[in-house]
Amino acid sequence: MSSLAGPKVAATSERRRRGLPTWVSRDGLSTLVFLLPLLVIFGVFSWFPIVRALVMSFQETNLVSPPTWVGLNNFVNVLQDPLFGTAVSNTIYFMLLALMFGYPIPLVLAVVMSETRHFKGLYSALAYLPVVVPPVVSVLLWRFFYDASPTGVFNTILGWVGLGPFPWLQDPGTAMPSIVLEATWAAAGGTVIIYLAALLSVPSELYDAAEVDGASIWNKIWHVTLPHMRGILFLTLILQFIATAQLFTEPFLFTGGGPANATMTVLLLIYHYAFQNSLGGDYGMAAALSVMLAAFLGVFTAVYFWLTRSWSATS
Amino acid sequence: MISRVARRRRQRAVETERRIVSIADWRRPGIRRTLRTIHGVTLIFLLIVGLGPLLWLAKSAITPTQDTLRTPMAMWPHGFDLSYLVTAWTQTHIDRYFMNTVWIVAGCWLVEITVATTAAYALSVLRPRFANLVMALVLATLFVPAIVLLVPLYLTVVNVPFLNLSMIDTFWAVWLPAGANAFNIVIMKRFFDSLPREIFEAAQVDGAGPFRLFWSIVLPMSRPVLGVVSVFAVIGEWKDYLWPLLVLRNPDLQPLSVRLPTLQPSTELDIFLAALLISSAIPIALFLIFQRMFLRGSGLSGAIKG
Repeated sequence: MSSLAGPKVAATSERRRRGLPTWVSRDGLSTLVFLLPLLVIFGVFSWFPIVRALVMSFQETNLVSPPTWVGLNNFVNVLQDPLFGTAVSNTIYFMLLALMFGYPIPLVLAVVMSETRHFKGLYSALAYLPVVVPPVVSVLLWRFFYDASPTGVFNTILGWVGLGPFPWLQDPGTAMPSIVLEATWAAAGGTVIIYLAALLSVPSELYDAAEVDGASIWNKIWHVTLPHMRGILFLTLILQFIATAQLFTEPFLFTGGGPANATMTVLLLIYHYAFQNSLGGDYGMAAALSVMLAAFLGVFTAVYFWLTRSWSATS
Repeated sequence: MISRVARRRRQRAVETERRIVSIADWRRPGIRRTLRTIHGVTLIFLLIVGLGPLLWLAKSAITPTQDTLRTPMAMWPHGFDLSYLVTAWTQTHIDRYFMNTVWIVAGCWLVEITVATTAAYALSVLRPRFANLVMALVLATLFVPAIVLLVPLYLTVVNVPFLNLSMIDTFWAVWLPAGANAFNIVIMKRFFDSLPREIFEAAQVDGAGPFRLFWSIVLPMSRPVLGVVSVFAVIGEWKDYLWPLLVLRNPDLQPLSVRLPTLQPSTELDIFLAALLISSAIPIALFLIFQRMFLRGSGLSGAIKG
């Protein structure tokens, strides 16, 4: 395809005979110029750091002396850190809670919203609005909502129906659910939009056919809509796992890992190793833990890409 | 009369293709009442949950601190005062952090658009022999969760390879890494792939070189996709927190997202809430203007970035 212009072909082969490397003569210097931003930016800020993460996880690195190889020491240190177990179980707890709060709500909303006949745009705009609010603003705002005193915003509202006051972020038992609630609020709109698009792709003939067989609305949802959405439901499940495991802003700003490490997640631990150490960052341990998390998430990511690829191939 | 009703009904059926609930279902009064109720409840729920917190923020941004603390849900028991917004803007230097954010976002946008358009043009239109290899390497980065990059990228920015200089406390540290966004390249390349080849051939016959083809033909033709990538880039960078927190230590350079948490303890609540409102105004305004772009299922690309 690169030989778009016929007359140039002769000149190209002429140049090739003169012994220039073939890729220069065929693809031309201008192609290289256009690729340069990609190669430089990805090379320096993506490909190189990815390789470096792997290398660093086997090294002792600080900003002063040259790095030294330490074998698996970083991994052993991470695994022996008592906080590691806490962080892993907290992250899994977080993911499960996020699944419980954040998985059914968008689906129910999307099914109801796709049936509305008026103000369709208003429904989806309202659902998506929290997604565009900067996370820092949402967290700082919700931190105020979660004020544990009886005159806190949520405690005032719950007080109207005789509930509370609840300690929200200040109690190890309720801190994590509180964070998940805000994170769900901030992210659910995106999932609703994905589901709305998926609902449109269910062929309406299937509903017609189900009605001929006397199916009720409930039957149609259960036997037509949901089976058709199986693929996208699995996809959002994986996306949610990948996203929740990497959530940083929310636990960092809400509680910073507290109270009593009840909200210390793997991501906070990585940050803690690298940037909050008074003795200078332990970049090796941070890299080792990142690599472990990446390997774990890599399984999900691989499944995600395999799925999207097989779908785009069939459609 | 009957025929008009029938026509209107038919028209509506064409306009909104039928979904789960059929027209026959809608005709049954019991079902219709239930559905109307469900829709009404959903709308109220969305209003409270989606808009409520922002309305509360807007209300409290002009309410005296004591009122917000004592009776957070009351509507201005002692009147309101728009001057908090002005005070936040001028006295807590929100104006400076706002401009920092604007600069950071603008630079990131420029880098992202430059890398994405030139790369997509090279890979889709010029198609060198090694295009597939480069594309594979770009796609491979999508498999790597962003967290893996955090520490090595930070060390790279502290000491840029070959140049031996530090980008810490310069906007470059935020601008340049933003360009390494594989999603932009995928979206842009997919669009370039769909452009008709005949036009490129015609332009080349007319003597247009690769640069002219890029600037005068491909770029003007890709306005829609440039819009999508731009809006998502601007909102995404406006929301960014962790990376600018790490690389911009100097408070004079920090964007709003990094400054707000540190400002909180030393700022009066009413002023602080006004600052929060100012900080979310631009992304919300962009969303309201470009709603359709967001709501057309393209949220998928944002979802995975996490």
